[in-house]
Amino acid sequence: MAETTALLQFADKLKAKNAAWVTDVIDALGEVSIVVPREAIVDVCVELKDEHQFDLLADLCGADRGPEEDPRFVVNYHLFSTKHYGRLRLKVRVSEDDAKIHTVSHIWRTADWHERETYDLFGVVFENHPDLRRILLPSDFDGHALRKDYPLRGYEPYSMN
Amino acid sequence: MSTAVENLPAGVEFEALDRSLESQMVLSMGPQHPSTHGVLRLDLRLDGELIVKAIPDIGYLHTGMEKLFEYKKYQQGIVITDRMDYLNPLGNNLAYVMAGEKLLQLEIPERAQVIRVLFCELQRIASHLVWLGTHALDIGAMSVFFFCFRQREKILNLIEAASGGRMTPSYFRIGGLMMDLPAGFDRRCKQFLDDFPEALNTFDTLVTGNTLWQSRTMGIGVISAEDAINWGLTGPCLRGSGVNIDVRRTNPYCSYETYDFDVPVETGGDVWSRFKVRMREMVESHKICRQALERLKPGPIKADAPKVVLPDRDDMRKHMDSLIHHFLIVAEGFNVPPGEVYMPIEASKGELGVYMRSNGGPKPDRVHFRGPSFVNLQALPVMSEGEMVADVVAIIGSLDIVLGEIDR
Repeated sequence: MAETTALLQFADKLKAKNAAWVTDVIDALGEVSIVVPREAIVDVCVELKDEHQFDLLADLCGADRGPEEDPRFVVNYHLFSTKHYGRLRLKVRVSEDDAKIHTVSHIWRTADWHERETYDLFGVVFENHPDLRRILLPSDFDGHALRKDYPLRGYEPYSMN
Repeated sequence: MSTAVENLPAGVEFEALDRSLESQMVLSMGPQHPSTHGVLRLDLRLDGELIVKAIPDIGYLHTGMEKLFEYKKYQQGIVITDRMDYLNPLGNNLAYVMAGEKLLQLEIPERAQVIRVLFCELQRIASHLVWLGTHALDIGAMSVFFFCFRQREKILNLIEAASGGRMTPSYFRIGGLMMDLPAGFDRRCKQFLDDFPEALNTFDTLVTGNTLWQSRTMGIGVISAEDAINWGLTGPCLRGSGVNIDVRRTNPYCSYETYDFDVPVETGGDVWSRFKVRMREMVESHKICRQALERLKPGPIKADAPKVVLPDRDDMRKHMDSLIHHFLIVAEGFNVPPGEVYMPIEASKGELGVYMRSNGGPKPDRVHFRGPSFVNLQALPVMSEGEMVADVVAIIGSLDIVLGEIDR
C-alpha cells in the first residue's frame, strides 16, 4: 500500500537519526506502529513534531495486556499531521512494577487529559505531568478500573460520601 | 484592613490596598447547571465578573463503558456506543463498526456504504440542530429551540423508520446494516430534504442576522490556529480557527472522496466562527444527503461473510448452514483476528477515533473511544480565561459537548 510506504519512511528516518529510538516497527492493516523505548519517548515526539510535522496528538490511550504479561502495559500515541495527513502510532511498553513514562503534555497540551485518564484507569504514572490527578473516577477511588484484574463490578458498592 | 496598610513601607501601600480590595471568588458552576449540557462542573475563579481561571471537573457520568466492551461480544458492543454521544449515535456506531471491519478486513457492499453516508449526514444535521437550539437557548433566544427540534423530529422519524430506534438506533452492524430500508423511505427522505432548506433559512433569519446574537458571539472565546492544534481540537472547533481539517477529506472512509461537498472554514476562532462553520456544515450535509439518495441502488446490504454477518431469516428456513451460522454468531460470537486498529471518522463534533485491539477471541481486548467532546472541552480554560461569566455559557455552547461521550 502506498499509504504505509510513506509512513514507514518516518520510521526509517527516526532509525537513521538514532538507532536506539526504535525498537520495532509494525506494519499491519494499513497502519504503522513504532515501538519506542520508554526513555526515548520525549525525544521521538519532539523529533516527529518538529521535523516531520506531526503537530496534532489525536489520541493517547493505555492498554493492559494482562497481569501475567511483562511488560504489562502499553501506552499508544496516535499522531496526526495537519500538513501531510499522515497517521502514526507510537507504542511504549512499561512493566507493572515500574509503570512510569515521561509526560508529553509539554509537547502537545492535549496530552494533559489523556494522560490523566490513562493514569486514572490503568495506574500508569506520567512523570513531570503538571496536574496528575484522577479525572473520570472520584479522587478516593480504590484501584484502577481498566486493569484486567479489576473485576467488572468493582470490589464493593461504591458510595459517594 | 487599615492597620495592615499602615504597617507597610511607603509606596507599597497602594498595591496592598489593591490586594485588600481584591474580590477573587470561587464559583462552582454545575454539575446541575442547565447550560453545561449534562453534568459538567466548572470551578471558576472570578475577579468581579471576569474569569481568572476555569477548571473543568468531569466524570459525573462515568459508567465504565470501555470496561464493559471487554466483557461483551463485538456485536453487543454496538449497543453501548449509542449511549456515548447520544446526539450522534449513528456516528458512534459507524466508527465502532468500521474498526471491527478493518480488523476483519471485510468488504462492505456499495448500497450499505451509501446508506451509512446518508444516515451519518442526517445524524450530523440532527446533532447540529440540537446544538443550535440549546446554544441559542443558553444565550437567551428561546424560540430557536422549538424550530430546531421540529426539524430534528423529522430526522428522528426517518431514523426510526429504518432502525426502529430514535435515539439509540444501533443500525450499523459489523459487515453491513441491521436491515434494509423500509418501503417508501426514499420518498419520505426526499420530502424532508426538499423542506429542509426553508428551515435553514428560518434559522438564519432567527439567529445569524440578529445583532444581539452577533454581539454575544463575535470576538468571544477566541483560540488561535496554533493553540487549537496544540490542544488537539478537531471538527468545527478546529475549522472555526481557520484550519482546514476534515477526516472525510484527509482519511476518507465510506467513499466520501467521491461525494461533492465543501469543508466550511472560518478564520475568527471565536464563538461566532464556530457557529458559522456548523451552520454551513448543515448545508453541506444536506448536499451529501441528496447525492447519497440519488446513488441508492438495489443491492446487498451485508458483506459476503457468513461467519460474521447474521443470515437473512428467509435463508435460515431453507439452508441448514445458514441456521448453523446464525446459532454460532448469536451464541458464541465471531472470532476477530488478532491486531489493533485506530479508526477515525468525522463525527458531528470532531474526530471520533476508535482504538480497537483484538486477541483473537469473540470479545475485544481493548476498545478506546477518542471522543471529540473530551478533547474539545479541555481547551475551555484557554478560551474562557479573561472573558465574562455569561460568556462561558456561550463558549460551552460553541464547543458542542456531550457529557455522555466525555465521561463514557
